[in-house]
Amino acid sequence: MLNIKDLKVSIEGKSILKGINLEVKPGEVHAIMGPNGSGKSTLSSVIAGREEYEVEDGSINFNNEDLLSLDPEERAHRGIFLSFQYPIEIPGVSVTNFIKTAINESRKAQGLDAMPASKMLKKMREKMRLLEMDQNFLSRSLNEGFSGGEKKRNEIFQMAMLEPKLAILDETDSGLDIDALRIVANGVNKLRTPENATIVITHYQRLLDYIVPDFVHVLYNGKIVKSGGKDLALELEDKGYDWVKKEADNLV
Amino acid sequence: MEDLKEKLLSSFIAFESTLNGQAKSPIHKVRTKAIEVFEEKGFPTKRNEEWKYTNLKPILKHDYKLLSHPESEIEFKDVKRYFLHDTDTYKIVFVDGVFSSWMSRTTHDGYDICTFASAIEKYTHIVNKYFNKAASQEDSLTALNTAFAREGAFINVPDNTIVEKPIEVVFFSTNSDTEMMTMPRNLVVVGKNSQAQIIERHQSLHGNNVLTNVVTEIFAEESSHVSYYKVQNDEYTASLIDNTYVDQKEKSNCTVDTFSLGGKFTRNNLNFNLTGEHCECHLDGITIIEDDQLVDHHTRIDHKVPNCQSNELYKGIYDDKAKGVFNGMVMVHPDAQKTNAFQQNNNILLTDTASIDTKPQLEIYADDVKCSHGCTVGQLDDDALFYMRSRGIAEKEAKAMLMYAFSNDALKNVRIASLRSKLNLVFAKKLGVDLDFGL
Repeated sequence: MLNIKDLKVSIEGKSILKGINLEVKPGEVHAIMGPNGSGKSTLSSVIAGREEYEVEDGSINFNNEDLLSLDPEERAHRGIFLSFQYPIEIPGVSVTNFIKTAINESRKAQGLDAMPASKMLKKMREKMRLLEMDQNFLSRSLNEGFSGGEKKRNEIFQMAMLEPKLAILDETDSGLDIDALRIVANGVNKLRTPENATIVITHYQRLLDYIVPDFVHVLYNGKIVKSGGKDLALELEDKGYDWVKKEADNLV
Repeated sequence: MEDLKEKLLSSFIAFESTLNGQAKSPIHKVRTKAIEVFEEKGFPTKRNEEWKYTNLKPILKHDYKLLSHPESEIEFKDVKRYFLHDTDTYKIVFVDGVFSSWMSRTTHDGYDICTFASAIEKYTHIVNKYFNKAASQEDSLTALNTAFAREGAFINVPDNTIVEKPIEVVFFSTNSDTEMMTMPRNLVVVGKNSQAQIIERHQSLHGNNVLTNVVTEIFAEESSHVSYYKVQNDEYTASLIDNTYVDQKEKSNCTVDTFSLGGKFTRNNLNFNLTGEHCECHLDGITIIEDDQLVDHHTRIDHKVPNCQSNELYKGIYDDKAKGVFNGMVMVHPDAQKTNAFQQNNNILLTDTASIDTKPQLEIYADDVKCSHGCTVGQLDDDALFYMRSRGIAEKEAKAMLMYAFSNDALKNVRIASLRSKLNLVFAKKLGVDLDFGL
C-alpha cells in the first residue's frame, strides 16, 4: 500500500530525514517511535503533502502511484489522512460544514455525486456516538476554543467520516487524559478493517496499550534505526531511548 | 472645463433663485453660511491630515452636471434586485436626485417616512430643531452638502414607537449621457424608547461617472434603538463620499454597519457623538474589493460622558491593486469615566499590489476607562490552508472558505434576515464560495 524508499528530506537547507525505508500493507498497524526531534512529524507531514519540506531524494508510492507528485487534497482523495498533532483553529467554519465540504470534495474527485444531507447527518451521528461526542460539536467553529482532548477527538471523528485507506496519527495521545485516550483508541480500533492501514506516531508507549501495533519502528536522527514487533515498544518504555541511540551511534 | 468648485459656487446662486419665498427661512441661513465655509476651504487635498492617504483630485476632474432631474425612465423590474425581496419595507426612492413617488412607499401614519424636501415645508419645527445640529460646521464636504441640502430621506419616529418594517433609502442614477454629481441630505430622528431599521444604498444604473456627496444625520433619543446599514456595492464608475453623523442620548443603542463591496472610490466619514450616559454604539464594516477600487473608512467616536460603550470592528479583503484606508479615532473626553471602547481593524491582502493604510487611534483624557484597539494585516493562514487541503478540500475552495468565514463575522449584528442572506450571497459570489455547501 505505502512504499517509502530512501526518503531524504530537508527544510531550509537543514537535513531532517536521511534515508527512510518503510513498507505498510493493508490491515497493518505500524508504530513509529523516537525521541523528540528525530523527524517523526516531518515524516507524517511529507506523506500528507506539506509544501515547506524539500524532498531531496527517494520516493513515496501509494497503491503504485507516485505520491510526491500529488497535491495535499489529491492525496486525501486517494485515501490518506493525517491526524494533526496540533489541529488548527478555523473560526467561522463549523465542524459540520467543514466535514461536509471535505467529504463532497472527495466524492467529486471520484466522480460521485454529493452525499445526501440526511445520509451525511446519520453518518455524523453514528460516528459521534462512537467517539462519545456531544451533538453541539457540530455547530461549533472548527477547533475554536476546543480543549486539547476535544481537538484530538474531533480529528478522529473526521477520520471516521472520511474513512481513509491510510491513517497517520501524529502524537494523537498528547493532551489526552486516560479516559479520552481510551475513547479515541477504541474509535481507531473500531475503524480498522483488513483493507486499511494505520501509522501511529508517538513518543510514549501508552497509546500502544490500546492500539496494538504489528510493527514498531524507532526513528532516530532521521533514520529508522530499529524495527521489531510490539515488544520493542515495551522495551523502549522500560529502558528509554538511550540504548537505541547508543547502538545507532556506534553503527555510525 | 470649468473648475468644479467654481461651478458649484455659481450653481448655488442659481439654486437660491429657485427658492422663491424660502430664501429668508432659517434653513436657508444655514445653507448660506455653509457655502461660505466651502468657498473658503474648498475641496480637501492630500495636505489635509484626514486626506493624507486618499487623493480626491482624480474624481473631481469630471464635467459633472449638477441640476437634478430624471435623465431617463426606469422600470421597477430592472431595479428590483437593489431592494430587499421577501420583506415588506418602507421605501424612499430617488432617481437622479428627484423623488420617485411611484417606486416609493412612504407613510405619515404614526411616524413620518418621507422626503426631506416635503419635511422642510411640513415639519419645519423638526427640521429647524435637528437639521445640521449633528453635522460638522467645519468640514468642507459636509458644508458643501449643507449648502445644497434640499432633497433626501426624512425619517421621524416619535417617542414610544417601534417601526417594524425596515426602511429602504435608495438613490438611483441613470446617467447614461452625462456625468452627474448629487448631494442628498438625510435626516433621521428616532424618539425616546423608539426603534427603527434603515438601509441606505446608492446605485448607478449606467456606466458613466457619478459623484455622490451625501450627509446623513441620525439622532437617537433616550433609550432608542437604531440600526443603520449602508450597502455600498455600486458600479466601477461611481464615487461616493458618505458623511454620517450620529448623536446619541442616554441609554440609546445605535449600530451603523457599512458593507463596501463595489464602486470606484468610496470614502466613509462616520462620526458618533455620545452625549448621554449608558449608551452603546456598534460600528461594523466589511470591505471586499478588487481591481483598482478604493475604500477609505474614517471613523470618529467621541465619548463625552461617563458609562458608555463603543464597539468597532472593521474587516477588509483586498485583491489585485485595490487600496484600503482605515483611520479610526476614539476620543475619550475628560468627563467620560468608565468608558468601555473596543476597536479592531483586520485586513487580508491577497496580492503584493493591494494595500491598506491603517491607523487606529485612541486619545484618552479620563483615567478610569477600558479601551483597546488594534489592527492586523496579513495573508491567509498557511497552516489553516494545509489543514483544509489535507482533508481533501481543494486550495481554491479552502481559500474561499477562509475568506468567507473571515468576512461573515461582520454580519453578526445585521438584524434583518433578508438583508443578511442577500449580503451573504454577495460575499459568496465575490469570494467564489459555492453556497451549496450551506456555510
